Amino acid sequence: MPFGLLKYGLSSEYPAQQHFSPPGDLKKHYDVVIIGAGGHGTGIAYHLAKYHGITNVAILEKSYLGGGNTARNTAVIRSNYLTEEGVRFYRESVKLWQNLSNEFDYNVMLENRGQLTLAHSDAAVRSFRWRAEVNKHMGVRSELVDRQQIAELVPNLRMAEDARFPIMAGLWHADGATARHDAVVWGYARGACQRGVELHQLTEVQDVEITAGRVSAVRTNRGRVGCGAVVQAVAGASSVVANMAGIKLPIHSYPLQAMVTQPYKPLLTPHVSSPHVHVYVHQTSRGEFVIGGGSDPSPLYNTRATLEQRESLSAAALELFPFLAQARLLRQWAGTTDMTPDYSPIMGLSPVENYYLDAGWGTWGFKATPICGVSMAELVATQKVPDIIAPFALERFYRFEQINEAGATAASH
Amino acid sequence: MTVDNRLPSPFGTLIDRSQTVEFSFEKKTISGYAGDTVASALAANNQWLLSRSFKYHRPRGVLTMAGQDANSMVQLPSDPNALADRIDISPGLKVMGQNYSGSLTRDRNAVLGLVSRFLPVAFYYKAFFKPRGMWQKWAPFFRHRAGLGRIDQNYQADYHDKQYQFYDVAVVGGGPAGLAAALAAADSGASVLLVDENVRLGGSLNYARNDAEGTQSGRVRDALVARVKANPKIVAMSEATCNGWFSDNWLPIICRKRLYKVRAKQTILCVGAIEQPAIFHNNDLPGVMLGSAAQRLIKLYAVRPGQSAVVLTGNNDGYAVALDLIDAGVEVKAIVDLRDAPVYDAIAEHVSSLGISVKVGHAVYAAKRNASRLHLGSVDVRKIVDRGHCATESETINCDTLCMSVGYTPTYQLICQAGGRLSYDDDSAMFTLSDCPENCYTAGSVNGYWHLEDVISDAERAAIIATQALDVDRREVPSAVVHQQTQSPNHPWPIFAHPKGCEFVDFDEDLQIADIVNATRDGYQHIQLVKRYSTCGMGPSQGRHSALATARLVADATQRTVAQTGVTTARPPFSAEHLAHSAGRSFYPARRSNMHYRHLESGAQMLQAGAWYRPAYYGQAPAREDCIQREVDNVRNNVGLIDVSTLGGIEVRGVDAGEFLNRFYTFGFLKQPVGRARYALLTNEAGVVIDDGVACRFDEQHYYVTATTGGADRVYQSMLKWNAQWRLDVDIANVTSAYAGVNIAGPNARKVLAKLCTDIDLSAAAFPYMGVREGTVAGIAARVIRVGFVGELGYEVHVPQHAGEALWDALINAGEDCAIAPFGVEAQRLLRLEKGHIIIGQDTDAMSNPTEVQMGWAVSKLKPFFVGGRTLQELGRLPLKRCLVGFVIDDPMAPIPLESHLVVDGDKMTGRVTSVNYSPTLGKPIGLAYVPPNCAETGGNFTIKSSGGVLVVATVVDLPFYDADNRRQEL
Repeated sequence: MPFGLLKYGLSSEYPAQQHFSPPGDLKKHYDVVIIGAGGHGTGIAYHLAKYHGITNVAILEKSYLGGGNTARNTAVIRSNYLTEEGVRFYRESVKLWQNLSNEFDYNVMLENRGQLTLAHSDAAVRSFRWRAEVNKHMGVRSELVDRQQIAELVPNLRMAEDARFPIMAGLWHADGATARHDAVVWGYARGACQRGVELHQLTEVQDVEITAGRVSAVRTNRGRVGCGAVVQAVAGASSVVANMAGIKLPIHSYPLQAMVTQPYKPLLTPHVSSPHVHVYVHQTSRGEFVIGGGSDPSPLYNTRATLEQRESLSAAALELFPFLAQARLLRQWAGTTDMTPDYSPIMGLSPVENYYLDAGWGTWGFKATPICGVSMAELVATQKVPDIIAPFALERFYRFEQINEAGATAASH
Repeated sequence: MTVDNRLPSPFGTLIDRSQTVEFSFEKKTISGYAGDTVASALAANNQWLLSRSFKYHRPRGVLTMAGQDANSMVQLPSDPNALADRIDISPGLKVMGQNYSGSLTRDRNAVLGLVSRFLPVAFYYKAFFKPRGMWQKWAPFFRHRAGLGRIDQNYQADYHDKQYQFYDVAVVGGGPAGLAAALAAADSGASVLLVDENVRLGGSLNYARNDAEGTQSGRVRDALVARVKANPKIVAMSEATCNGWFSDNWLPIICRKRLYKVRAKQTILCVGAIEQPAIFHNNDLPGVMLGSAAQRLIKLYAVRPGQSAVVLTGNNDGYAVALDLIDAGVEVKAIVDLRDAPVYDAIAEHVSSLGISVKVGHAVYAAKRNASRLHLGSVDVRKIVDRGHCATESETINCDTLCMSVGYTPTYQLICQAGGRLSYDDDSAMFTLSDCPENCYTAGSVNGYWHLEDVISDAERAAIIATQALDVDRREVPSAVVHQQTQSPNHPWPIFAHPKGCEFVDFDEDLQIADIVNATRDGYQHIQLVKRYSTCGMGPSQGRHSALATARLVADATQRTVAQTGVTTARPPFSAEHLAHSAGRSFYPARRSNMHYRHLESGAQMLQAGAWYRPAYYGQAPAREDCIQREVDNVRNNVGLIDVSTLGGIEVRGVDAGEFLNRFYTFGFLKQPVGRARYALLTNEAGVVIDDGVACRFDEQHYYVTATTGGADRVYQSMLKWNAQWRLDVDIANVTSAYAGVNIAGPNARKVLAKLCTDIDLSAAAFPYMGVREGTVAGIAARVIRVGFVGELGYEVHVPQHAGEALWDALINAGEDCAIAPFGVEAQRLLRLEKGHIIIGQDTDAMSNPTEVQMGWAVSKLKPFFVGGRTLQELGRLPLKRCLVGFVIDDPMAPIPLESHLVVDGDKMTGRVTSVNYSPTLGKPIGLAYVPPNCAETGGNFTIKSSGGVLVVATVVDLPFYDADNRRQEL
């Protein structure tokens, strides 16, 4: 029994602590307004307050804390990307993940379970070898594994040679991990609020006022709020919000669905992904199997689930793990993915002087949460773009300097 | 001594007493009747303990008998988390409890309940991570205690399939509302599907009591069901669950091993209401059950719920339950009525005249265990002094059964999935629903109607509205039904906190009142945050029995109304379904060319190319390299034959055909002469190379364009997409699977083809390289294209798909004296590499532009527009970032690198190898690699980091490696 829990058992009254700023009025002016109280928005606020002494900060959230894609993603953490810029960025993030619970004193239940991505074609083998070579070169644990090694890593994976898509090889990423997604945003929000940041839920930004190329205020459903700077961190609505500031982002938004089964006793440790049959599966620490796949085929701002995706995810999951036929589906849901042309985020400065972008998070936003908190806060505080996010500037699309991660994202998560 | 709880006939509408069925529970043989569920058969044998709870491993048993709660989850050999009150018994069925360590009756993990005060809400966020890295040690401990049943890893699903169905009206729910709605809808002439999840139509009429005599329910039920069964317009599906509502009444209905996908023009949701438990200390003890559960046990399964009972009620339904208990021979010790001033209906009046102790304004404050500690032994009854508070004086009443009737929640799941809005009416203390989408209606108790006549009238009204929308009904819509009952069946606060806790709000997750309240005190006040922080409603029953109480508790703790607090989103599916259902028969179709079986007969090893199978090489796997070598030699020196049926084929016809290709591909096509083929390179808007093929012009208005095997469908879709915008006068057809094709290549190709093709002049002068002709080959109408992917004299012959095998056979026969031999994709890869041709997708990536891959020659500089042109123009002004170059490795001792190995410059990654192979023609390894422009000079060197980090020096050479002046392909 850890000491941390003793006080709960030994005190007669529950030692409640208000983790977040209680509902209150908006001030007339904040030094920094952060739009969106997801992992990124709260992470940025946390770092501004703790490491840069900027505490006159409001996080404005149209719904509830962490209710957007932070709540909807499937909590995959990895850094086995393809480009040098991408690997460097996510590698740093994975490092920060390792210490996150202790950083903000809130258990995010990080588990380094590893990630196995399956190749069912020689084209995939080539592409995985490329990723493995780049990763290894940059100190990320990633290697091409053969059928024998796969069978040892995941003994209950269906390896039949007469399968419709036999497994030829895999990309094993020992640094792959998972964490409790909600805890990340709660930990950051609590840490930020403890230092004076205000969290305002059910507060929707409806317009952005720009004066002489600078943001002067945001208009919300609860009134006008003046601000010295604005950071937008609204995955799923990036282009809509940027549009309020007159910024056009090269983003198309697609629903991304996932589903979860009832809890069962543990039998799958790593995260297993097959871009070819469009599915990934992992088992949570509660025992549920989380199953996800590719985005919907058409852009849409709606988080409804579809029967078609339920059918295709189930069929694909059973291709890999036939025994899941007896697992019972508990719920299916959707989030909205802001897809950029090169499958990399858009971070940093914008055409509006004091308006900062943390956007274009497609299917890769959760794993980047800690590094975004660090780097975006540094940007806002110093007004200098940190090297690690410089490649992800919006301007890259004008300079033909895309950071193309198409080969390392999509259904593989 | 075993207690037999089985009641005599006529109790037990679902069981067949003539058929005894023996099964086992916890390895003990149990006897039941056909029609029994596991839970009812066990209850008949006085076995009430079914499972252990998720967190504290508390003993749990029958709660609802409706297949709705996690308490009744048991382990079947290949079906964990099976609902004991849903699963029928069958001979030899092996049933075990689940989630225990040791035995079901003595679960060692039950000790967790004793330390529960040290495990506050969300305790795992609060500890276990110090010092750094500690969680990795705790995680396995938690993992092994989480989860419920065990999955059988060797399980193979049996056959599950799917069927589409279409109806005018779908009625979900076969209770009185559903039956009446189906009948009223069918009266208009509409085709009606009635879906009911139970074995026997009639819903609550099968167990609930609507009059003191206890005969009305059965009478009404039999009459309605008889009319439904006699109505030819109604298809009634029993034991079928409508497991979701998707846009436009798209309904997944699960019935046995089939998923019916039903599209209904109108849907009427008569889904009823779910009875809710009361919340007090030890309300989860086996023996404590819903009033409706006791009624179901008695009426459906002829099982007496116990020997002596107390009824806890907040409405008149509890009095009906008391009557049913008495009928079943149960001694009713007391009726504890939460109401201060109950307004009795006829049944309650009748009960109050029977001399049973009725304690008005009282509550069951706590339940106590019996000697076994696994079942209810007595209840502590106290007077209510204030909302949720009881007096200190208590009365203990011994009983083995406690029935709870304190209110209902409308079954809102499907309605909310459809976009309906859930609110809360403070007067009736009940959730209410509104804002159903178009063509979707609700009726019956889900609308808050409880009196049987009201329910039926409401359903008939909904049916008339629905059929009017179909334009088949001329009946007038009756006005909305006025409620007959005067007092709501919902008690506003059947919640009694206890100093020792264990008043369970959520049984699935073992959440007590304090857990919910403390979550709000920690700052998690939004109902979604309460759920996520406490896990309330995240368990298998998805909040069915906890959402109402949670909303009330959260509203109270945060000084909001219940309506403001709301409930969490109801996601599909409605009830947990096996993945086998939505998976169905797996559908991953394979594409095989018309010559597929000839390849197999010739010993080909097949590889997958998209959905296609293609021959990789011909021969045994251990001799792979030799086989490929032999095939390459034969093409270079003689003649070979490869199946190219998998290449995409797209017909583009119309007056604007040339203009269309001009905009779509990078080259110029307007001036392409008829009878000629032209290389067609495709870029996307970002100027990235995404496909290639040849465009063959057969006449002014007709092009036949090939595409890569993997890219064909994408190219076709992209053509349609662009022309939706351009609106050019062209017809685009994907004819990939309409044509089979071969490439006959090698110095002797002409000689062999000439034997079979007499209506085309094959001479080099009449039919030059990149010419196209139509004629016959072996008597088969054919398109013949002179192309040279492998770098030798070659003809692609495309014939109607069904004639592929005949063409193949004819060419093999005709080439017999030349020793013609088939070659596979592997040999072709090597041949094309020697010739310096790139493969899109292998030698290109998501950023490759034509200039980088030495294809600038295939991009027209003269056209006003093509897809990607603007970008390429801009890119042309920027310095090149990398080049795809040919290289050789001269050092015979150096290891041959693999495709995707990196090109490095010291510690820097500067490029990568895309293709590499040992060239028999050149006698050394050759390949293609991306290198920085400053390394791209012919004769320059660069370094490849090969396996194990061994550095290999490569030398840049001009492409192609073979036959630089193209003499061989132009023979």
